[in-house]
Amino acid sequence: MDSVRISLSVATAATLLSLPFAVAVAWYLERSRHAARHAVQSIVWLPLVLPPVVTGYLLLKAFSPRGTVGQTLASLGLPVAFHWLGAVVAAAVVGFPLFVMMIALSLKAVDPRLERLSQSLGRSPWQTFWRITLPLTWPGMLAGAAIAFARALGEFGATIILAGRIPGETETIPLRIHAELDAPGGEQRIIGLVIVSIILCVIAVVWARLLDAWYRRRLELDT
Amino acid sequence: MKLSVAAKIARPNGFVLDVAFTCDTDVLGVVGPSGCGKSTLLDAIAGVERGAVITLDGTSLTPLPMHQRRIGYVTQDALLFPHLSVRANIAYSPFARTIDDVAQTLGLTALLDRMPRHLSGGERRRVALARALAASPQLLLLDEPFNGLDDARRADAIALVRDVHRAFALPMVLVSHRREEVDALATQVIALEGGRLVAPAASDPAR
Repeated sequence: MDSVRISLSVATAATLLSLPFAVAVAWYLERSRHAARHAVQSIVWLPLVLPPVVTGYLLLKAFSPRGTVGQTLASLGLPVAFHWLGAVVAAAVVGFPLFVMMIALSLKAVDPRLERLSQSLGRSPWQTFWRITLPLTWPGMLAGAAIAFARALGEFGATIILAGRIPGETETIPLRIHAELDAPGGEQRIIGLVIVSIILCVIAVVWARLLDAWYRRRLELDT
Repeated sequence: MKLSVAAKIARPNGFVLDVAFTCDTDVLGVVGPSGCGKSTLLDAIAGVERGAVITLDGTSLTPLPMHQRRIGYVTQDALLFPHLSVRANIAYSPFARTIDDVAQTLGLTALLDRMPRHLSGGERRRVALARALAASPQLLLLDEPFNGLDDARRADAIALVRDVHRAFALPMVLVSHRREEVDALATQVIALEGGRLVAPAASDPAR
């Protein structure tokens, strides 16, 4: 059950790590009129369309122990390549576009005039975010987090390139299933993992759907 | 109130608001057909649209962001914060005075604990007005405040705005596509068409 524990910890950490960045990027894409937002949107979408193995390769180049970034992080006690943190980074990056998309959808549902009204009443943009935008979008953000979590649970290609398959450290459920399928009799041993994977993903997706439905109902009733 | 506006604002749809005027009046009325730039003018004064040169009673508002202008804004559909009670809506501004006076003046005392979804259209308008007044603004912008009301309710709403103006001694800019609504309250009227000023009207000393 080590791989289940690792998958859960990696998916949870990846979701939490992405959350502030996903909120910031989604807010920028939805609310900014800056011309650069189209370029930012294209970059955010890249991990969704690139083969995960290519994403993993690019991440490995970026976080290589011989590179500046990798060396700096390692000296801070945060080694990425071929460590647990590498699996987290890979899962976070690959799930990022979905996370941003879900949060952007919930931001789109909030009338931007409410934010302007808040500012006309003397609240700064930052205060407006905490008092108006966040309370009206958190269910959508949680739904996005659930989808990002489910995506992180299934991450394989980028993880195996950046973090490798180290039992007890980076061997998540998909990596373990892949390894077992290569071994004699492995097919019997993965049944439990397959069932656990399906159950976890179904829970995450159903939770996201329920939250999303509740949230849309709430906005319709209230506005 | 002495208000000066010099605005040239281009919208993404090609519409351009190009106006410059100075007025010295208590209630400025702005009339014109739909799409003539009335709401854009209010956005410029409030600071939603930047780039307009705005001076109010000798103080330039131009460099100030929206949240520092102290300008109350009541939108035509009386938007309320849907997750906050009537009381929390009215008390939302960091400059909010004791809300009881405002609530009493506008007949909202019994509604303070309700959520916006449980209010009628007329109640929502009064709450939106109360919220703007409670913030102690130096100028109040009213965007089509009587839109969608039948004749009886319109007369009541006009009387309410008149009472509020008297009670709070607050200068206002009132926007409407109906001339008679503006004439009922304004002490000076300007008319917009196609984003340009077409008829600055003289102050009516009788009001």
